[in-house]
Amino acid sequence: MTNLETRLGGLTLPNPVLTAAGCGGTGRELGRFFDVGRLGALVTPSLTPQPRAGRPGPRLAETPSGVLNAAGLQGPGIETFLSRDLPWLAERDARVIVSIAGGSVREYTEVARLLGDAPGVAAVEINLSCPDVENRGSTFAAHPSAAARLVRAVRASAPRRIPVLAKLSADVTDIVGVAMACADAGADGLSMINTLHGMAIDTTTLRPALAGVTGELSGPAIRPVAVRCVYQVHAALPEVPIVGIGGIRTGLDALEFVLAGASAVAVGTATLHDPSACARVLRELEGALKERGIDRLADVVGLAHKPAGSLHRRIDPNVGLTVAGDTAGAGGAEPIEQETSQ
Amino acid sequence: MTDSPVAPVQVPGTVLTIRRTGAYHAMTLVAPGIAERFRPGQFVALAVGGERSSMLTRRCFFVREVKPDYGGTVEIVFAVRGTGTQWLAALRPRDILDVAGPLGRPFPLPRHPVRCVLVGEGHSGAALFPLAAVLRQRECAVHFVLGGAESEHVYGTRAARRVGDSTSVVTEDGSLGHRGRPEDLVAAVVEEAAAEVVYACGPTETLRAVSRIAVRYDLPVQVAVEEPMSCGTGVCQACVLPVIDDEGVTHMARSCVEGPVFRGERVRWDDLGTIPFDAYGAPRSVLPGSLS
Ligand SMILES: Cc1cc2nc3c(=O)[nH]c(=O)nc-3n(C[C@H](O)[C@H](O)[C@H](O)COP(=O)(O)O)c2cc1C
Repeated sequence: MTNLETRLGGLTLPNPVLTAAGCGGTGRELGRFFDVGRLGALVTPSLTPQPRAGRPGPRLAETPSGVLNAAGLQGPGIETFLSRDLPWLAERDARVIVSIAGGSVREYTEVARLLGDAPGVAAVEINLSCPDVENRGSTFAAHPSAAARLVRAVRASAPRRIPVLAKLSADVTDIVGVAMACADAGADGLSMINTLHGMAIDTTTLRPALAGVTGELSGPAIRPVAVRCVYQVHAALPEVPIVGIGGIRTGLDALEFVLAGASAVAVGTATLHDPSACARVLRELEGALKERGIDRLADVVGLAHKPAGSLHRRIDPNVGLTVAGDTAGAGGAEPIEQETSQ
Repeated sequence: MTDSPVAPVQVPGTVLTIRRTGAYHAMTLVAPGIAERFRPGQFVALAVGGERSSMLTRRCFFVREVKPDYGGTVEIVFAVRGTGTQWLAALRPRDILDVAGPLGRPFPLPRHPVRCVLVGEGHSGAALFPLAAVLRQRECAVHFVLGGAESEHVYGTRAARRVGDSTSVVTEDGSLGHRGRPEDLVAAVVEEAAAEVVYACGPTETLRAVSRIAVRYDLPVQVAVEEPMSCGTGVCQACVLPVIDDEGVTHMARSCVEGPVFRGERVRWDDLGTIPFDAYGAPRSVLPGSLS
């Protein structure tokens, strides 16, 4: 049995695979395809103090290995979530990470405070990619000082027992600087990355593909950017847990993030394509670890930073030649482990 | 979503047959588990482009027919509109693709034998045929109005003549049946048949017009929208429409879980593509400086 347990600040999760905010619904949607209690955690869509109707359509366009979206955080607001959706998740023993958003620091802290009395909230994730009214509409994620101000305020408002994760944007020149500011301000962990700004133009209508003109790019198209961010931030802040996000579609993609320094991973756009993606990524990740003779996930977090050969096991050169996710391939892992574990 | 009768399945589907039908393609898939769960008006969401596809949104199609053969088959009818449907059209028997379904809220069915008018335009009209079959079982009268741009784009006239009490056909260019749009015939058919219920499936222009006519005759009208969907499962929130709920409040409702079937008079057709100012959660203020 591979030990997949992982820690995010004070929170221990039985496995590292989460839904990415806004891509896994509030549980009921995916609960029709697999048991959401088996997720490392379900990360909610970003919740705001008031309900939001979101943006007009078209809201989403397919791009090569990605999607561009401008849904505008449509959601019922925090109170409806707490009364309607959280109990449903609690009944299924799902660990819930509540993503929060707002237009001002006060709106974020309002939501964070309401979580205080809610049972079953495992952590808070701050979506820093919202425009800050006090900063001429520039996002919190864009400036170390704005990010720190928000993180500090949320940390102070959220119940002490709940870890606070700061979700960063890669649309900045120095993500390490923002990450350090968030960690100094009291973030217990970092989620990275959020979507990248993008745009697509419909060559039939000759107009922007989205009603919002520009949109947010996600999916495998952004994965190398995300891996780079995780790697750089883990190098600078090795003790801060990271949730790796961006284009994860398979167990090997998840492993790539772990090797870069992520203690957990979140699956976003892949869930639009495959509603069982999280369950499959978890199965494939477990298979990939086994196949490499790794019996504890925690042993390989950030391994790519170490010189080659530093894992105590020698890696069989044939590993990885079987198709990832092929569970039969995982079964064939036993002999490899015996051969290499001396 | 709570209206969805049973949880969907996600299974590898195997192409059994694929053939041209007018301007469209009809594909039958062996996809165990879907047939017995299916109710008329529901759809399936197909992954296109193979396992490592760069196309990450699902392509969603109304179900034309299900059969218990080979553990359960599903037939869909589609038009080639882009690279995803091109890929589908090039599939051959025994090819495999991922299928999720049945999804969405089905057509509500009358409890008593009533006289029904079923309006379909284009390939979405395929959704009317499983509905017609169930209505017949319930001894309802079924009157079809089928339309399309030209004869090649009218789906299902032969089947309609077989199962319907009457079938009226209309094309925009007059190449088959009457010249005009389906809504031009609906009032006459409703009167002639002394209809008690209207069902419709097709592009929003048609659904809007048919809903108006039904409201004018004070008839219940159930419409299945063909709003483009990206996931089909309710997670991405891309397929929303302004729909009025039981309390009179407008919500941005997801076509894939709250729909695709809506009560025609509850959809705010004139506000499609917008967030109505009075919608639940709409920006409360449009003063300069406020952010939404
Ligand atoms: C449709 C959609 C909705 C999203 N909603 C949110 C959200 O509410 N809050 C948030 O922090 N990120 C949101 N994201 C960003 C994802 O959580 C994730 O960071 C990003 O998509 C990159 O991961 P991926 O490539 O696996 O999708 C959304 C992404 C998509 C595609």
